Amino acid sequence: MADVAVAHGQGEHPETTTGLPHTKLAMWLFLASECLLFGALISTYVLYRGRSVEGPFPHDVFDIPYTSVSAFVLLASSLTMVLALSAAQEGDKGRTRLWLLATAVLGMVFVGGQVYEFTVFYNEGLKLSTNLFGTTFYVLTGFHGVHVTVGILMLLSLVGLSYAERLPADPSFPIEMVGLYWHFVDIVWIVIFTVVYLVPTPNPGAPGA
Amino acid sequence: MATVTTTTRRREGILRRPTATTGFTSWFTTIDHKKIGILYGATAFVFFLVGGLEALLIRVQLAEPNGTLLNPAQYNQIFTMHGITMIFLFVMPMAAAFFNYFIPLMIGARDVAFPRLNAYSYWVFLLGGLFLYSSFFLGGAPNCGWFCYAPNSTTDPSIGPSFYAIGLIITGIASTAGAVNLAVTVINLRAPGMSLFRLPVFVWMGLVVQLLLAFSLPIITVALFQLLFDREFGTHFYDPTAGGDPVLWQQLFWLFGHPEVYVLILPAFGIFSEVLPVFSRKPLFGYQFVVFSGIAIGFIGFGVWAHHMFAVGLGPVANTAFGITTAIIAIPTGVKIFNWMGTMHRGDIRFTTAMLFTIGGIAMFVIGGLSGVTHAIVPSDYQQTDTYYIVAHFHYVIFGGGVFAFFSALFYWWPKVFGRTLSERLGIAEFVLMLIGFNLTFGPMHILGLEGMIRRTYTYPDSLGLTMWNQVATVGAFLIALSILVFIVNLVVTYVKPRPSAAEVADPWDARTLEWLTTSPPPVYNFEEIPTVHALDEFWHRKYVEDERTGRLVPAQAGAAEAHDDGHAGGHAIHMPSPSFWPLVAALGMPLIGYGVLFSWWLVGLGVIVALTGFYGWALEPSVAED
Repeated sequence: MADVAVAHGQGEHPETTTGLPHTKLAMWLFLASECLLFGALISTYVLYRGRSVEGPFPHDVFDIPYTSVSAFVLLASSLTMVLALSAAQEGDKGRTRLWLLATAVLGMVFVGGQVYEFTVFYNEGLKLSTNLFGTTFYVLTGFHGVHVTVGILMLLSLVGLSYAERLPADPSFPIEMVGLYWHFVDIVWIVIFTVVYLVPTPNPGAPGA
Repeated sequence: MATVTTTTRRREGILRRPTATTGFTSWFTTIDHKKIGILYGATAFVFFLVGGLEALLIRVQLAEPNGTLLNPAQYNQIFTMHGITMIFLFVMPMAAAFFNYFIPLMIGARDVAFPRLNAYSYWVFLLGGLFLYSSFFLGGAPNCGWFCYAPNSTTDPSIGPSFYAIGLIITGIASTAGAVNLAVTVINLRAPGMSLFRLPVFVWMGLVVQLLLAFSLPIITVALFQLLFDREFGTHFYDPTAGGDPVLWQQLFWLFGHPEVYVLILPAFGIFSEVLPVFSRKPLFGYQFVVFSGIAIGFIGFGVWAHHMFAVGLGPVANTAFGITTAIIAIPTGVKIFNWMGTMHRGDIRFTTAMLFTIGGIAMFVIGGLSGVTHAIVPSDYQQTDTYYIVAHFHYVIFGGGVFAFFSALFYWWPKVFGRTLSERLGIAEFVLMLIGFNLTFGPMHILGLEGMIRRTYTYPDSLGLTMWNQVATVGAFLIALSILVFIVNLVVTYVKPRPSAAEVADPWDARTLEWLTTSPPPVYNFEEIPTVHALDEFWHRKYVEDERTGRLVPAQAGAAEAHDDGHAGGHAIHMPSPSFWPLVAALGMPLIGYGVLFSWWLVGLGVIVALTGFYGWALEPSVAED
């Protein structure tokens, strides 16, 4: 009985009931909670699809090949994220930094692409307040973009901490946690990209429903 | 001997690592779940008094026909802030106070899973509450009701609804962080042998509440952002002229709002389930039924939201479906009531203040539950919706159930937390006053509602014949205020008296659960040795054994309980996490961002910098200061 009491010191994970680290459980719970956040945002978009009373409508502004490329970039970053974790587990510090940085750069390309896309749409007359499409589109994709940005900050922090030698000797655990978040954000984009860009908006411009 | 390592000096970035675990400043840096629990409780109680004063203003305004104490604009702000305060700044944080303090103690843990996140939750909650109240000085408080229906809220020219949206987003962040933290604590930090079905019911209800929060708060967060964007950035979410639909606000709000109702009441169910067995000297009747009913309430709670919207015109199919689910949710609630009655049946009941508040609370909750079933029936609800009948209903549930339960818990656990026992004589006086005052206030509201007095009205003409019952309600409200005053006197009297000995407060009620295994108040590390749990009501089973011949309970052999613990007390250094400034710094960013959205974008930038500084300082600082 004595052994179970206070076995942990610095650096180790304290014993837990399920055997999983607290942080991993918390991250899963947080991501489950995030599902509801994006669920509500996507539901709003779907409910309001095709209900704008004035243009521009989705088919007026969307450049699907362009967004497909940026979606591909984001999905590719999930691969580099996995490679970073794998390198960390093998104890290869150099490649860990490289793949973490690659993931962050791919993320920045995606966010940069989103900023560029927003600018183009804005110049074509689609503002946040133009119509219901602008309202729902910018808020949904913008919320996702903010999530990607937070992920990039975490990735860059990992790289910085790695160079400052502030990460634990085996850095795979924090990398795995940031990876969970990063993969979640990618998966959400698959849903958003499909619902917003790929599924054609029915009867654009029909007033009311 | 066990030693506690919490105080070491080390320079960490720009702020010196705080080391004090006592004294005034330690309250700003503490990450001890017990101190944070006390902070939550004290803050919630202050907000309770403020919300209560607002209630008195409402009752004075309505005491006479054509009241003139408040003008309509002021009245709207006061009743809105009363609702927001009582729900988000009193009942939720008060429940968080008890969960924070007692979940780790009841599951045999030294702290919560993330002590600094816990401090962050508290500071964000406090700053969110202050943010909401600062609106009175910055252009007007929210005036749209606690549900802030669109399009009234989106088109209102005052600044109030914007304060509402940002304030609730901030307190929602606090609750989400707290929910994740406490849920992980219950799942992952249980003492050896503490299987899920040995958890006290209070802990179970805590877990269900945290999961309800984690899955309902994101929905209201989205709705609040949409409301805020409609008001501040010209979007059209709830603008019918652009194709938007104000009913969407109601759907999202109540999709959060109904689980929220169970967030408010399940802690009370947990408290009832702890207090009744102790003062009936019997195990809880049908423990598993009570637990599964709580879980069922949690699940079904997500499927009843549209019963708040019967009069909106969703159509007969939706109304029927939600009427049925609402009637169904009464079943697990009823199961619990019968289990509590079964617990008291043939028990050796002691009518202490805690027990009286529990029995009174259950009785009041039953009244509220029954009036609730009457508006599960759609045609009946058409008559009752937006009348004082609804006001009567939810006060019987939330005040009758929730507030009575909190006072029960305060009297039951006060010796544990502060090492002093509150006066029973004054406690019983408070209970009697509150019971009478409560029923005088809210009982007549059933009649007023059925007579057609509408909710949220700032006055009424004499010719409607509503005057008499309104006056009764106002008298009742002042009786409630008097009962709270008796409680405050009780606090003072208790502190003037000399401190009782440790033995007197170690186990004053002959309790059953693990929190009473340690000293009162508990040491910072809670238990010298983490106990190993062998049974439900572990502490009780350590004190009493069943005599095999007679079948009666006899005290266990002296020292039997201690033998479990004292054998291995030597040799361990208990490393508790060290105090930290960073949660407070990170939390300070939130209201800055909030004010920034309303007044100046520079403040948003400042807020983001402050928050990021806090988060980075937090992430870079080791949880236990190094030697």
